[in-house]
Amino acid sequence: MDSLGYYNYWLTIAIIMIGFYGVIAKRNLVKQIIALGLFQTGVFLFYVSMGVFRKDGEDGQPPIWSPLTDENGRTVIDQAGYAVKELGVHDNPLPHVLMLTAIVVSVSTLAVAAAIVVNIKRRYQTIEEDEILAIEHSEAAGVTDPAGADPKGQIEGQTEGQTKSRIHIEDATEPEAED
Amino acid sequence: MELPALIETNLPVLVVIVPLFGGLLSLFTRRTGSWAWAALVAMATFALAVLLLDRVRASEHGVIEYFLGGWPAEYGIGYRVDILNAYIILVVALIGAIVTFYARHSVNDEIPDDRHHFFYSVWLLAIAGLLGIPATGDTFNIYVLLEISSLTVYTLVAMGHHRNRRALTASLKYLILGSIGATFILLGIGYLLMLTGTLNMADMHDQLMKMKELGTLDENRTLLVAFALLMVGLSLKMALFPLHTWLPNAYTYAPSAVTAFIAATATKVGVYMAFRFIFTIFGGVYETSATGLNMLVLTICACIGIIVSSIAAIRQDNVKRILAYSSVGQLAYIVLGFSLVNQTGITASVIHIFNHAIIKGGMFMAMGCVALRMGGVTLDHVAGLGRKMPVTMAAFTIGGLGLIGVPMTSGFISKWYLVNAAIQEGLWWVAGVVLLGGMLALIYVWRVVEIIYFRAPTSDAPAREAPLGMLIPTWLLIGASIYFGINADFTASIAATAAELLMQGMN
Repeated sequence: MDSLGYYNYWLTIAIIMIGFYGVIAKRNLVKQIIALGLFQTGVFLFYVSMGVFRKDGEDGQPPIWSPLTDENGRTVIDQAGYAVKELGVHDNPLPHVLMLTAIVVSVSTLAVAAAIVVNIKRRYQTIEEDEILAIEHSEAAGVTDPAGADPKGQIEGQTEGQTKSRIHIEDATEPEAED
Repeated sequence: MELPALIETNLPVLVVIVPLFGGLLSLFTRRTGSWAWAALVAMATFALAVLLLDRVRASEHGVIEYFLGGWPAEYGIGYRVDILNAYIILVVALIGAIVTFYARHSVNDEIPDDRHHFFYSVWLLAIAGLLGIPATGDTFNIYVLLEISSLTVYTLVAMGHHRNRRALTASLKYLILGSIGATFILLGIGYLLMLTGTLNMADMHDQLMKMKELGTLDENRTLLVAFALLMVGLSLKMALFPLHTWLPNAYTYAPSAVTAFIAATATKVGVYMAFRFIFTIFGGVYETSATGLNMLVLTICACIGIIVSSIAAIRQDNVKRILAYSSVGQLAYIVLGFSLVNQTGITASVIHIFNHAIIKGGMFMAMGCVALRMGGVTLDHVAGLGRKMPVTMAAFTIGGLGLIGVPMTSGFISKWYLVNAAIQEGLWWVAGVVLLGGMLALIYVWRVVEIIYFRAPTSDAPAREAPLGMLIPTWLLIGASIYFGINADFTASIAATAAELLMQGMN
């Protein structure tokens, strides 16, 4: 039953799969972005688990230099006057450092995705993926480039400031009276 | 020629740092100053890339190694530039410089003035990321630079929302799929780190070969999972069928200059990453041959990709969309080339990276000229333009001939090598698929050319020729495609050397 001891990796798989499921199955764009972040978090756990040191009952300590003390409890000083440092049995700090970078990457991705979703909300008035697809399919009936056919005219539909959370698809392609 | 020591010793990393800081400083520019600064930085980067290629060819082993901060290989990040890297860096820097000059009129038209400094800042950061990937010799550094380039490209694609709001959904889909792909690559790198204990690519290869001799690699599931995850992630970045679905929308709705740039560079850099992982790190570890299972999957996916994307291109009404599906097909040719795992095949891949970059870059730039003058790029917009914008349409047509693979265009050279490679492996059906792809390309290219020249214009609005600032870059690339189609010595010799280096890792 050695595999039970690897519970870190089981947890990694669970987190990655839950995140992946969220990206695929959720219709709300913000939920998809959150699930994407969760997906990447599983990878962080994977790397950090990789760095742990275990050997014959000796557990790895955090990789921090500490001053070497002699039998009387005083710090050992070398010829130049500096305290001598020692590093005991320690975990590998490299995966932690790599994951710091990867966390930054994940947050940057989240930021760009959030900016895009804010703009999608502003232009489509919805962030439900199925509604957005319905809008795009219905306006694609003419298969003309909206910018070419009527620049910022009828196809854009709603004026700024209208905040309906659900759109009737038939209304979306009707020209606004004031345009 | 003599260079200041600062430039000479730091050359591999300067090609990344110059556009990086150029992009940061671009935030302080305003209006036309933004474009001028971006053009200056892009030219400087191109000059550095040319110098780098020259230095690599002049160096003793054909390799330049550079360690960031002076930290040696086991501890630090190493940049390792050999002939393949220098070639890809040259291609990316060249396309970057040319499209930056092209971008002046196009970006003025498609993006609001108060956004220009942001646009050019992200543009230069994208160039920096795409140049760093070929330069580095460290796997985690490749992941970081991949994400830099990907994030900036997502932003650039989303900038197209000033013209058409679908750019936003296209960019979001690209973001989600691209992040999943990059995370798979990160997982693969993690498994390799677990196995070998190092992140340096050359060092990883050495460790794996030592382990193979000791026999610890037989039936090793960690290695298998690493390979699988890396291949899935890379296939998404290379837009290999069936992971190509992000590409058509992203290319169609992005601003014209952005499409011209990313069509020529972003996916090619993904192919370079595949070269590094398959041939440099995994080379010789698995018994990879063209008929081995690993590569056969790639070959089949590439063949299906060629046929499916070409058929999809025939049915489209938006010319940029046609070119986008065509890009999927051409990328499948490149993947097909290296999945055949012989020297001719890899030569074909490397040559086609260059040829397709210049052809597609030129064709998307021609379409950008059309978007500037006509306001759109559907078939209705291009109808009858052969008379009103003859120079632009001539460029598009010659590029189209290159896609088909007509002799005297560079596309022919790539197809020649590709068919040769397929026949060398005895895979006649692959050669058949390549030729079938050429015929399908004929259909979708000629459909557009026929409408350009032989159909009456849909509107009587007068259309002038595109401005010279856009025509010259377009014709530079298309002219290059003709030149390298007639005289392929330069590209073919570099590609052959690069292929030889890659195949060495296999033995």
